Amino acid sequence: MRATKVRAAVDTAIGIANLRFAYPDGVQALRGVDLTIAAGEKVALLGPNGAGKTTLLLHLNGTLRGKGDIRIVGQTLRDGSLKHIRAQVGLVFENPDDQLFSPTVFDDVAFGPLYMGLPKEEVLARVRLALAQVGMVGFEERLPHHLSLGQKKRIAIATVLSMSPAILALDEPFSSLDPSACRELMRLLQALPQTMIVSTHHIPIIRHLFPRTVVMDGGRVVADGDTEAILADTDLLEAHGLDVP
Amino acid sequence: MAIGVPFSERYQAGSSLVHSMDARLKLLLALAYIFAATLTPVGHWLAFGLLAAPLVVAVAASRLPVLLVLRRSALALPFMVVAVPLLFTKDGDALFTLQPFGWTASEEGLAAVLTILTKSWLSVVAAIVLTATTPALELLRAMRALAVPRILVATVSFMYRYLFVIAEEAQRLLRARDSRSARLEGRRCGGSVWWRAGVLGHMVGSLFLRSYERSERVYAAMQARGYDGEPRFLQRSVWRLAEVVVAVAFVLYMAGVQVYARY
Repeated sequence: MRATKVRAAVDTAIGIANLRFAYPDGVQALRGVDLTIAAGEKVALLGPNGAGKTTLLLHLNGTLRGKGDIRIVGQTLRDGSLKHIRAQVGLVFENPDDQLFSPTVFDDVAFGPLYMGLPKEEVLARVRLALAQVGMVGFEERLPHHLSLGQKKRIAIATVLSMSPAILALDEPFSSLDPSACRELMRLLQALPQTMIVSTHHIPIIRHLFPRTVVMDGGRVVADGDTEAILADTDLLEAHGLDVP
Repeated sequence: MAIGVPFSERYQAGSSLVHSMDARLKLLLALAYIFAATLTPVGHWLAFGLLAAPLVVAVAASRLPVLLVLRRSALALPFMVVAVPLLFTKDGDALFTLQPFGWTASEEGLAAVLTILTKSWLSVVAAIVLTATTPALELLRAMRALAVPRILVATVSFMYRYLFVIAEEAQRLLRARDSRSARLEGRRCGGSVWWRAGVLGHMVGSLFLRSYERSERVYAAMQARGYDGEPRFLQRSVWRLAEVVVAVAFVLYMAGVQVYARY
């Protein structure tokens, strides 16, 4: 660990202490992760394949449950708080086909608010707002699996925005997107006010969007700090098999 | 990145005598056993006991955890549901009457139900021993070697190959749904049962559509590599004398039980 910044605990969005997790087949995916993210921070999660990035993101809303301590907006993650925490953390999976399981775009974006038991007008308003935020108004009645990848990724983000989460956790949102879809998604993420933790390999995007970068490898956080400082550390990036800008 | 293992293989790794036996013989013996169990006359309990004996020996020799075998054998339970009406529909000596309906159970009916249950349970346990001691791939090779039609073997092998893929896909869908199943303070969450059932129904539908689309892609990829409708397999290995002797003895024993049960 280097260049760790000390942050005030008062407005901590994500607090993770000594998180360890092994998959049922025995693969030790997380080997003691410590990470604190303040409210409103935008953090890039960088690391080679198999570093544990996806596993870590899946812990943020309790999809996976490892050993250790996770606090989300002041609430400790445990069985009783799971569903409350899921209202706080919008987790978007890498493959939008996994994220979108409903017959129409509207149904998918409305799923979260409907599940939370919100009244009809509120659900409609939230769906409208979420689709407007991702620039997909007018796609309500379309079938998700007939959209382009860039469109699917934006709808996938809308499905969690409609739940008005405090935190967005996005797993490789930029993978396989063409340059123009990338730029649109960047503009979208820049405009959103949520605390963000985003795993990606695109160095230019990291530079542009995220003031702070966390580097993972082998189930641990190996570096955490100012993005420019980390991207300037050629030895560090090379040691962990990452692109050197 | 793969996330988790949705369900495990049927095969339980081991080095017992039963594990190392030729898969072709095991398959033949299991089929012969199921055949014998099915042919045993109704209510001939001694014959069923004689049939159960070699199965007990096989389970013991395979060193499979008994609890695992029993748990998996619960698969035979649905057969019981199908068999229960026989209790009331077969003519014979009355046992008791179910009052509000006026249905009368007969001794013959009871014997029929118990026989069906015993037959299906013995058959299921035989199949469990086979699948738990033989890797699926070996089983497929055995089917091929025993001249099971290629297209059937190919179908089973695709099923085996993609079962895990589809199960993982289903697991990811469920995971995405659970991720967005949130609760707000002071509000009842979850929606109505009908709404949730509808969501699940749509998920099943979309899983089917995706599997269907995947099958088209897989088929296109197979054609691109020269698939002409005839899957090809590598041939293999000789029969071992000792194993064949054991198998023949076993088949003779089962035939003997059948003869005894009839005359």
